[in-house]
Amino acid sequence: MKEAAAVAIGGAATLVPVASGLLVWLDPLNSGGGEGQSSFSRITGLESLPADGVPRKFTVIADRQDAWTKNPKVPVGAIYLSRSAKGDITAFQSICPHAGCFVEYRPAKNEFFCPCHNSSFAADGTIKDPKSPSPRPMDTLAVEIRGNEVWVRFQNFQAGHREKIPTA
Amino acid sequence: MKALWEWLDSRTGIRHLAQEALMEKIPGGARWRYVWGSALTFCLAIQFITGVVLWAAYSPGAKSAWESVFYIQHEMAGGWFLRGLHHYTAQLMVVLLALHLMQVLIDGAYKAPREVNFWFGLALLMVTLGLALTGYLLPWDQKGYWATKVATNIAAITPVFGSQIERLIVGGSDYGNLTLTRFFALHAGILPGAIVVLVAGHIALFRRHGITAKKPFRKPDANFWPDQVLMDAVAALAVVLTAVSLTVYFRGAELSAPADPSEPYSAARPEWYFLFLFQFLKYFPGGTEVWGAIIIPSGVLGVMALMPLLGQWKLGHRFNLGFVGAILVGALFLTFEAKLQDSRDPECRKAVEKAHRDSERAVELAKSPTGIPEGGAALLLRRDPLTQGPRLFAQHCAGCHRFDGHDGLGNTLQEAASAPDLKGFGSREWLSGLLDPDRVATAHYFGGTKFKDGKMVRFVQQKVAKYSEAKRADLAKVILAVSAEAALPLQAELDVRDRALIEEGRTLARESVNCTDCHQFRKPDEDATAPDLTGWGSREWLVAIIGNPAHTRFYGKRNDRMPAFAETGQLDVEKIGTLADWLRGDWYRAAAR
Ligand code: FES
Repeated sequence: MKEAAAVAIGGAATLVPVASGLLVWLDPLNSGGGEGQSSFSRITGLESLPADGVPRKFTVIADRQDAWTKNPKVPVGAIYLSRSAKGDITAFQSICPHAGCFVEYRPAKNEFFCPCHNSSFAADGTIKDPKSPSPRPMDTLAVEIRGNEVWVRFQNFQAGHREKIPTA
Repeated sequence: MKALWEWLDSRTGIRHLAQEALMEKIPGGARWRYVWGSALTFCLAIQFITGVVLWAAYSPGAKSAWESVFYIQHEMAGGWFLRGLHHYTAQLMVVLLALHLMQVLIDGAYKAPREVNFWFGLALLMVTLGLALTGYLLPWDQKGYWATKVATNIAAITPVFGSQIERLIVGGSDYGNLTLTRFFALHAGILPGAIVVLVAGHIALFRRHGITAKKPFRKPDANFWPDQVLMDAVAALAVVLTAVSLTVYFRGAELSAPADPSEPYSAARPEWYFLFLFQFLKYFPGGTEVWGAIIIPSGVLGVMALMPLLGQWKLGHRFNLGFVGAILVGALFLTFEAKLQDSRDPECRKAVEKAHRDSERAVELAKSPTGIPEGGAALLLRRDPLTQGPRLFAQHCAGCHRFDGHDGLGNTLQEAASAPDLKGFGSREWLSGLLDPDRVATAHYFGGTKFKDGKMVRFVQQKVAKYSEAKRADLAKVILAVSAEAALPLQAELDVRDRALIEEGRTLARESVNCTDCHQFRKPDEDATAPDLTGWGSREWLVAIIGNPAHTRFYGKRNDRMPAFAETGQLDVEKIGTLADWLRGDWYRAAAR
C-alpha cells in the first residue's frame, strides 16, 4: 500500500514538469506555425523569359515569419522558370525531391542535375536517368501571369515521397 | 595536512572512493590496448571544456549564429584555435569509437556477462554521432545548412511518423530560428546529458565486470594506478596533440558562407564520417530510398545489438567479427567512392572553389569597416557587387554582352556576342578601343549591334582613322577627359595625376574632336542625338542606362535591342546598382596585408 502510494505520488509530481515540457517540445507539430508561404510571389517580368524553353533561375522574395521574427521581403528560395515556344510558362522548385539539395540546371546537357546523389531530370522536369534516386519528377509550382509579370505560388514539398505533399 | 585529510575522509569516505577508483586490478598488467576507452573519455572532457566556452560566445539564431561563430573564429583571441580543437576532437572521437569497438569485439569483451555494457556502448556511439550531426548545423553556414537538410529530409521518410519526426527536429516546416535553438538544445543540453548518464553507466558496468584481460599475460598483475593511468595519460596527450596539429594545419575549422536558402550550394557534403551513408543513397533509385536510408542502417544496428547474444557461440563470435569487418570495409569503400566521384567531377570541383570564394569573401566583408549589417550576415554576399555582379551579368546581360569574352562567371558561350564587351567599361583602355578604327566595328564593341554602320563607327573609321599626329594627341586627352567622367575607383589616382590634361580634354572634346556634335557633354544640349557623355560610365549614368536605354538621354528611339531593365521590372534598382558597381570595379577591397 505504502509502496503504491509512494510510486503514485512521486510519479504524479514528476509528471508535471515532464508533461509541460513535452507539450512545448511538441509545439512544432501544430501545423502551420505561421510559416505557410502559400501565397503568390512576383518573380519577374515576362521580358526576362525568352520563349526558348531554357530554364532560368530566379530567387523568390517573400515575407517570412521565422518563429518570432517577421522578415519582410527576404529570399525564401529559388525556382526555375522556363517558357516554351508556345508561350507556356513552367515553374520548378529548385529543391530536389530526393533529399532536399539544390538542383542545378546544366545547359551543356540541357538537363537538371542534383549534385548530391546524382538525380537527373530533363528540362521538362521529368526524371531522365531511371537510376536517379529521386522518387518523383521535379516539383512544379502554380504560375500566374498578371499583366506583364510572372507570379508563382512558392511552396516546399516533402522530400523522399512519390507524391508531392506540401510542407507546412 | 594529514589531520585535514582524516577529517575529510571521516565526513565523506573519500579515501575509500579514491581507492576504489584507482586501485582496480588489471590482470596481466597495464596494456596499450586498453587505452581506447580512456582516450574517448578524455575527448569528452575536451569537448565539454571547449564546448562550454564556445557556448559562452555562441548565439543560436538565424541572424546571429553565423555572426557569432565568425566572431569567435576571427575576432576573439584564440577563438579559431578553440573552435578548431572542438571540431577536430569530434572527428577524432569518431575514429577512436571505431577503434574501441574493434578492440572490444576482437578481445571478446562484449560477451556475457557484459551484454548490457555493450549496449551502453552502442548507445554512446549513436549519441556521439548525434552530437556530430547537430554540431554541423550550428554555425548556420551554407555547408552545414544544406548538408543537414539532407539528413533531416531523410528522417522524414521514416515510415509512419516520418514527417512528424522531421517537424520536431526542424522545429516546424522550414529551417529557421527554431531549428537552431532546437539543434543547440540537443547539442549542448540533451545529448551531452545523455552522454554523461551513459558514460557513468558504461564505466560502472565496466568496473562491475572488470577488464577483459587479453591472454596470455606477459606481465604480473598491476593496479590501474599508476601503470594504466600512465598509459592513458600518454594516450590523452597523443589525442590532444593530434587535435592541435589538425587545428594548426588546417588553420581551424572551416566556416563557409552564411546560410542562404536561395543560394545553391553544390558542394553540400556531410562530414567525412557520414559520407558512406551519403554515397549509399546514390544506389537506391526513386522510391527505394527508405531501404538505403532507414531500413538497412537500422538492420545493421539491430544485428550489432544482437552481437553479445550471438557471441556466446564460437561461430557467433566469428560471425560478429566478420560482420563488423564487412561493414567497415564497405563503409571505407563507399567513402572512397564518394571522394573519387567528386574529384572526377569538374562541376563539383568548381562548386567547391565557388564555396571557398564565397566563404572568404563573406569573412572579408564581415571584417570590413561596414561590418555585418543588422539584417544578418546573409546580406553581406547578397549585396556584394563582387559576388552578385557576375551572377547578375550572366543571367541578364550575357545574352548579348560579354565580360572579358565570357559570361561574367568565366563560362565561354557558344553564340557570338551581339553587344559590346563590358570589361573595363568606362576606363581609358575601353574608350581607346572604341575610338580605334580597327576595333570599333569588331564584336568587342559595336560589331554585333545595329550601330555597326552607325554614325559613331563611321566617325571613327573615316575621321579618326585619318587623324594627324596633333589631332591624335587631342583625342588622347579627350579620352582621358571622358573616362574621368566615370570616376572609376581604380582610376582615381590617374585621374588626379592627369587633372590638367583632363581639363584640356574637356575643351578639346568640344573644339577639336567634336564629340558635342552629337553628344551632350557637361553642358545641357537639347539637340544631342547620341548618349550623354556627362557622367559617362559613372554609377548614376550606368544605373540610368540599364534602367532605360531608350531614354532620350541615351539612345532614344534608336535604341537597339537592350531592354529597359528597371522600367519593365526585370531588375530592381538595388540589383542594377550592384551590377553597375561591379562593372565599375567598385567593391570593398581589404587593404593589402
Ligand atoms: S538530394 Fe538530389 S539526388 Fe539526393
